[in-house]
Amino acid sequence: MTDDEAIEEVTDQPRKIKLVRDVPDRLFRAVATAGGVTVLLIMLLVGTFLALKAAPALHEAGFSFFTTQAWNPDGKNFGVAAVLVGTILIALVAVAVAVPLSVATALYITEYAPRRMKKILVGIIDLMAAIPSVVYGLWGFFFLQSRLAPVSVWIAQHFGWIPIFKVKGVDSSHPVSSLTLFTSSTLIAGLVVGMMITPVITSIMREVFSQVPMGEREGALGLGATKAGVIRTVVLPFGKGGMIGGTMLGLGRALGETIAVYMIISPVFTIQPHILQSGAISVSSLIALQFAEANSFGLSALMAAGLTLFLMTLVINFAASSVVARSRSGASS
Amino acid sequence: MSVIPQQPVPRQSAPQQLPTTYLPQIDQEVAAGPQPRRQTSGVRIGDALSLVGAVLAALALAAVLSSQIAPIRGFLAFFLVTYVLFLAIYAVLVRLDESASVVVDRIVAVLVQSGAFVLVLALTSVLSYTVIRGHRAVAHSNLFTHDMTTTGPLDPLTSGGVGHAIVGTLIQISIALAITIPLGITAALFLTEVPGRFSRFVRTIVEAMTALPSIVAGLFILSSFILVLGFDKSGLAAGLAITVMMLPIMIRAADVVFRLVPSTLKEASLGLGAGQFRTVLNVVLPSARSGLTTAIILATARGIGETSPVLLTAGFTASMNTDPFKGPMVSLPLAVFEFVKSPEPTMVARGFGTAVVLMLLVLILFVAARVLGAQDVAKRARRKQRRTAVRDRVTATPSPTSPRSSDA
Repeated sequence: MTDDEAIEEVTDQPRKIKLVRDVPDRLFRAVATAGGVTVLLIMLLVGTFLALKAAPALHEAGFSFFTTQAWNPDGKNFGVAAVLVGTILIALVAVAVAVPLSVATALYITEYAPRRMKKILVGIIDLMAAIPSVVYGLWGFFFLQSRLAPVSVWIAQHFGWIPIFKVKGVDSSHPVSSLTLFTSSTLIAGLVVGMMITPVITSIMREVFSQVPMGEREGALGLGATKAGVIRTVVLPFGKGGMIGGTMLGLGRALGETIAVYMIISPVFTIQPHILQSGAISVSSLIALQFAEANSFGLSALMAAGLTLFLMTLVINFAASSVVARSRSGASS
Repeated sequence: MSVIPQQPVPRQSAPQQLPTTYLPQIDQEVAAGPQPRRQTSGVRIGDALSLVGAVLAALALAAVLSSQIAPIRGFLAFFLVTYVLFLAIYAVLVRLDESASVVVDRIVAVLVQSGAFVLVLALTSVLSYTVIRGHRAVAHSNLFTHDMTTTGPLDPLTSGGVGHAIVGTLIQISIALAITIPLGITAALFLTEVPGRFSRFVRTIVEAMTALPSIVAGLFILSSFILVLGFDKSGLAAGLAITVMMLPIMIRAADVVFRLVPSTLKEASLGLGAGQFRTVLNVVLPSARSGLTTAIILATARGIGETSPVLLTAGFTASMNTDPFKGPMVSLPLAVFEFVKSPEPTMVARGFGTAVVLMLLVLILFVAARVLGAQDVAKRARRKQRRTAVRDRVTATPSPTSPRSSDA
């Protein structure tokens, strides 16, 4: 009977839940946290080290770091104006090439391709993303360059009145004799980088397009839409966030690409807005070009340039992921 | 189909005349006659003809244009002009007997399909061009076994090779993987299994570091490990540079894989009384295994092909070096890069051959990732079941006792 009395005395209260972790669990959490802390430390070390090393150069140059075009750290006359503009131009050409191709390929895979073709294409796109950049560089330098130069000549002849297509120093009576003016240009480097980022963008877009609800597709078809109508009214609006996000991720990739660009361009250190003209530059190829001869101050200047590039890609990446996360289709990616 | 309206036919002799449903009767003649089946799929002859016609017209027009009016040089330019003309002519042809929305549909279909085609074409040309230029070098087996110590730029392809670069690549990627795999998986487990404000912060930082350009990773190792700590340019430095580049990629991929593990599985394990460690060990890791394998292999392919961090940290050598702690050590992409800088055609051919070797390596890894990644839990369980069934049969045959006799 004592048991019953004891039960009656208990008032109706929510039981306190106490989490007791046993030794293996606590050990596991400790090890996992240690792993996380280590990674965090490594990442912060990279960031702070870059910033510390870049500080002397940034201090020396001041704000002129962002306005000077020349790169002559020994003469204390250096800046990233030309290099940054060159990087952005190459990346923009790359995105301009890659986005239409990616949209078309992603739409083909999700909307048009027969099922077996779909699998093969997805495999090809993934394989393309794994091909080393030096191979793309070889292709661009040895294969694409000589075949693209006549196209550049043609564009310059007929669209030379558009400022970015202008080429200086062309003998208008013999445009062909000056073919070397059209090689090693921003356009060719951008095209090659565009081929490299296309698989990245395509796979994100394909992922997003394949999440379009079947009901909405069928609704549009039932209302009499053609396939193009379904794409315009259902697929593209649904995948807008993923398309923007994928494009920005590709842009971030394009900004940081080194070897393929380095193999193709012939470096110039002035702002070069004519994309067909020989001569271009990017931050990463500047680093690859100069690191061997740089003294400690020159290295610091290169660090500063690298840091600028890193901050730029960082902003773009975060913007991309927030765009993707906010879109209707981006919850899972 | 013609319908004859009818008065309701009174059934039998109905006592009261209630209004009943009208039963429309299909015209007997039409129902009996053969109705033409409407085609809902397939290609109509008119569509095919307009497509072919547009191609021919575009080719002819482009030929006239390029030869008579505006000279076009090169195959690529000619192709582009032909394509634009084709689109215009095709639109006009379709418009002749279809509505405007059909024209838009056809043009979009052509654009989408040709975009995909161009992409595949570009990939094929990247691969095949490299193979065509490199096949002469790959044909000689010394490419895989020799190094470049005694080979000058003018020597034929039968001497010298990139054995040292193959070994260097393998050593460097092994160093990177030895650090990246354990650290990356632990960190990813931390992100998913120990949620909280701190792990969110770590995730943000890791995501930020995926934006780190690879050359900046190389620059970091060059200025810290080599210049501040005073180590040589070596295989170890290159491995560390690849690690800095691969680690964020790895953590992010593993994090996604772990988050895909169904929470019902984890809850079932916890409900059965397993602790968190047991759950991770017996539920999370096994069900994430194929995804993890794919993530690791794809990150490896990426790390192997990376040139720029190695360029800054590994140095360049023509001889075999198996010691990652001392002396420069070359890797495959770096060897390609250095070979094709040379103006000598044999050296360039050697560079292409090395690129083929590099691509073969990547291809092997890629196929391995596909095969291993395609295995899901169900498939693995079935295979295990089959294996145990075979083992049972093997162990059962020598002993004559049947399972029924054990009951008695």
